Amino acid sequence: MQIVVRLATGGTILDITGDIDLAHSPAMRKALLLEIREKKTPKVFLNLEKVRYIDSSGIASLVEGLKASRDQGSRLILYGLSKTVREVMELSRLQKIFEIHDSEAQALAS
Amino acid sequence: MALSPRRATGTQRSSENIISGMGVPVRGGRVAKNRLKGRGKAQQKSEMLLKLELQSNPEALCLVRATIERAAEVLHFRDAETRAIVRSVDEALANVMRHAYGGRPGLPIEMSCHKLQLGDKKAALGGIEILLADKGAPVKPTTLKSRPLDEIRPGGLGLHFIRESMDEVEFSRKKGKNLLRMVKYLSPTPQAAASEGE
Repeated sequence: MQIVVRLATGGTILDITGDIDLAHSPAMRKALLLEIREKKTPKVFLNLEKVRYIDSSGIASLVEGLKASRDQGSRLILYGLSKTVREVMELSRLQKIFEIHDSEAQALAS
Repeated sequence: MALSPRRATGTQRSSENIISGMGVPVRGGRVAKNRLKGRGKAQQKSEMLLKLELQSNPEALCLVRATIERAAEVLHFRDAETRAIVRSVDEALANVMRHAYGGRPGLPIEMSCHKLQLGDKKAALGGIEILLADKGAPVKPTTLKSRPLDEIRPGGLGLHFIRESMDEVEFSRKKGKNLLRMVKYLSPTPQAAASEGE
């Protein structure tokens, strides 16, 4: 899994590539919490277009990020979810809890 | 180190398999239950597809997912079913690594996959049976619970994913090993389901 951090209007985009599983979710969690808690970024966009797989540990990291963003009064915005990732979100019944958009343009405009 | 001995091809399930003894069956969804009506387990025949001996290293998970995905495709599972099988195996292995072995790497996990064929010729759709065995801390089947989904908090989802994704899930412990048996049956094609309903 690779994480590329880039600046965007009003926030930061984390481009994630690869699988978010037990081996790699700690790295995503760390990057996410760094942006939210340490840098206090007002909007953190998580680009999941190139994520092929996410497991329950990845979902747990996203939930932790969401909670941290609520604590900070910031926003965590997801976009570009593949069918596999959407399925897992639906299984978790978390798709309505997260702010999710189809594309980067929609996410940035939100 | 090997899993419980099984005959390789076309044999009925042996009395040593993990259904017997301490097995605690946990059934899957309603559709699966309906599909299984009238098909006793004694009718199932299995054929070994593959056997893996791996270690409790999370880096191995991507390799196992790729292998299981291919096995499900070979058995003609549909895409959504294949994703469900891959998800379940991944979550089950992650649970072994995190909970049974407490995150310690390099400890043994055995996995085998079997092609299931049902004895009932009219509905011989078959399926896949996946067996996992580890030597970690005992898992108490009666205490295994998925967390309530209305709680928004990290963790506790893996078992829920497995139960939602597979038709049969059974935990047991035998001879110092935690054993997990998961089964997914092939769904009938829309045409076959329609003709069955006539």
